[in-house]
Amino acid sequence: MYIKRVMAIVETKDLSFDYIRRDDEGNVSSVNRALNDVDLSVEKGEFIAILGGNGSGKSTLAKHINAILYPTEGYVLVDGENTSDETKTLSIRQKAGMIFQNPDNQIIGSIVEEDVGFGPENIGMPTKEIWERVEEALKILGMWEYRKHSPMRLSGGQKQRVAIAGVVAMHPKCIIMDEPTAMLDPVGRKDVIRAARALNDVEQVTVILITHYMEEVVYADRVFVMEHGNIRMTGTPREIFSRVEELEELRLNVPQATRLAYELKKRGLSELPDGILTEKELVAELCRLYSTI
Amino acid sequence: MSIILDHINYVYSKGTSDEIKALDDVSMEIRTGDFLGLIGHTGSGKSTLVQHLDGLLKATSGHIYYNGEDIYDDDYDMKGLRGKVGLVFQYPEHQLFEEDVFKDVCFGPRNLGMSEKDIELAAYSALKAVKLPDELFYVSPFHLSGGQKRRVAIAGVLAMKPEVLVLDEPTAGLDPEGRDEILDMVKGLHDEDNITVVLVSHSMEDVANYADHIVVMEKGRVHMDGTPKEIFSQTEELERIGLAAPRVTYMMYELKRRGFDVDTTATTISEAVNSVIGAVWNA
Amino acid sequence: MLRELTLGQYYQTESRLHRLDPRVKLFGTIIFLISLFISQKPSCYVVATVFLICLIRLSNVPFGYMVRGMKAIVFIMMITVVFNLLFTPGETLVKLGVITITIQGLKNAIYTAIRLTYLILGSTLMTLTTTPNDLTDGLERGLGFLKIFKLPVHETATMMSIALRFIPILLEETDKIMKAQQARGADFESGGIIKRARAMVPLLVPLFVSAFRRANDLALAMEARCYNGGEGRTKMKPLVYKAWDKRAYVILIGYLVLVVLLGIFSPV
Repeated sequence: MYIKRVMAIVETKDLSFDYIRRDDEGNVSSVNRALNDVDLSVEKGEFIAILGGNGSGKSTLAKHINAILYPTEGYVLVDGENTSDETKTLSIRQKAGMIFQNPDNQIIGSIVEEDVGFGPENIGMPTKEIWERVEEALKILGMWEYRKHSPMRLSGGQKQRVAIAGVVAMHPKCIIMDEPTAMLDPVGRKDVIRAARALNDVEQVTVILITHYMEEVVYADRVFVMEHGNIRMTGTPREIFSRVEELEELRLNVPQATRLAYELKKRGLSELPDGILTEKELVAELCRLYSTI
Repeated sequence: MSIILDHINYVYSKGTSDEIKALDDVSMEIRTGDFLGLIGHTGSGKSTLVQHLDGLLKATSGHIYYNGEDIYDDDYDMKGLRGKVGLVFQYPEHQLFEEDVFKDVCFGPRNLGMSEKDIELAAYSALKAVKLPDELFYVSPFHLSGGQKRRVAIAGVLAMKPEVLVLDEPTAGLDPEGRDEILDMVKGLHDEDNITVVLVSHSMEDVANYADHIVVMEKGRVHMDGTPKEIFSQTEELERIGLAAPRVTYMMYELKRRGFDVDTTATTISEAVNSVIGAVWNA
Repeated sequence: MLRELTLGQYYQTESRLHRLDPRVKLFGTIIFLISLFISQKPSCYVVATVFLICLIRLSNVPFGYMVRGMKAIVFIMMITVVFNLLFTPGETLVKLGVITITIQGLKNAIYTAIRLTYLILGSTLMTLTTTPNDLTDGLERGLGFLKIFKLPVHETATMMSIALRFIPILLEETDKIMKAQQARGADFESGGIIKRARAMVPLLVPLFVSAFRRANDLALAMEARCYNGGEGRTKMKPLVYKAWDKRAYVILIGYLVLVVLLGIFSPV
């Protein structure tokens, strides 16, 4: 069978990273291994979710992809470029944009459009093109009508969408979102996830979403589960959420529908399949298996 | 014994062009022993409301009675009230400041003027109540993990031995296990130590799992007030104001529509499991 | 209370003043400040008042909004005024026990109050009508010549604009932490100076921690968006003088000349 080899947009090999804490004299007082032999390959156009509890190393991994941290051992390739090569840093940061958790701490401009233009300005784009990019990015994120607003007066979800527009304006091939919804209310969370999915579907941008909200993972192509700096599980959401007990051991949860199906199965509805992800699926399965009508 | 809010109004920036009516004629009762879930979307007035409960904000008009006494009386002991109504803000770990965890937790009781021995006892039992490992008592709070910091901050309020514990989004930003730990701990305080709890939350699932009384806020008003089953059975009304019932409730409605004899008032996973199992076996 | 501080903040609206080149506004602010200190003749103040009123009208910023921002500094102003009132030697106007108020003192106090008010209104007007980005650009271009002396003009300007953007966020944070500590029984309002100063520790430590965390986060976010200093950066809104900017320069210089002439030749 002929398998088309797609080039990976992000590839890590034996990636390890130590946080080194030094005392007042500059001697190493403790070494904390945050990433341990992480091998990972993300292909162009994929929607990847990385799950893990607090302190599992997922944020550290994210910062490696954007060349904010550099491997202690191993390497990270972004679109074929090694992040440890300093001459490539800017090019990598442009190709792999990053969204952080706190929307207030990543908005630089005091007007929405100026903030979105910040990235393109940094890479030395001509003025006319900056404006085109800003317009395009704000329209994609549905924030065009807010372009003259002060970010201070926007809701959390809107601020986060402005931040995403700021990255989109650089035409990245890949966007890494580090818990972009952790500080938002349910409405804002929905907005941001919808935006991420649209970028992936419509603009074919590779998305790497780091989160601990299980419901946000359901739509991913593949899920990586991390713990103590290691990747513990890899697979489609369905495969991952079939393994409820394993996830629990890793301090994680499963979506509500998955949990309900799992409990029902334990209570005797053994014909229910594993890895049910949504309420809709569960209702359909229950109807198929047990409906009397 | 209860907290009664009687026609409370609160206006931000009164008399200026950007005057905002944050609370609009709010009347409600928090009974002793309640586990009250306070829900509503951002800007509905929940956070403003809870700051009234311990007198941090003073109502523009209206009265608040704590155990029958008007807290706006001139001779009312406001500091004492802050001890009795413990308010845990959003991201409470941002208030930590002392050089070690234990000292930080002592801050509250010390402000209340307890004796040195009582202060230390209160701090110790509060740290125990939030299940912080003993070896972390004397490390800097800034060296703890996010979840641990959050628990220390809650202990800082618990050490004042409050009768009512008010928590504003206590699980924001925590991972699933951290969330469960905090909520289970709060439930323990409610069930075992008879502390009245007010939980402000965005998560319908959390409120359904823990609260026995729900107040829904919308545009500064009390929009709904009742038991979880009463509130969550009004799915359309909840959606109209941008909220929703717990996800399992929707599923039960769908199953009912498809001919299963299930209980549509189920709001938690375990209720739903029992009801579905029953419906399937009876069919 | 704190959220009402408008000092140094941008007010979003459309106006001629908003559209003006930031370099002109910077220059104009300096001219206006100089004009306040040139002379103490009432005629000069009348001209300055008219000029300021015109500018405020042109800016479309509600006057009430600007005045609210002044509240925070009323205290400093009071001190200066009282000092002037009490400690200026001269002809006695009123004598109340040990307190002597002189005519010169009264004059000084009035002039100082006017100067300070105008000074703050003038500079507030600039920040209210100029986004921090524009301000940075204006400073960077306007002071660009200092680069010859190896002064970090771009860095300083960027720092300033970020500081301005974070003022409201940190004020909100202060408010929050204050309330959180009050909820733990902290008392910021009573007691002597030493007690009050000590009461600030539970407020200041978390505030500093938060400011550093935010600074760190922001630096990361800027780096992640390819920020690499001023080198090789282009502008989304490059500064280009328009006809109105040039006219504004002429008006400003005209204003200064008028004040200087009045200062020298006006009888009052």
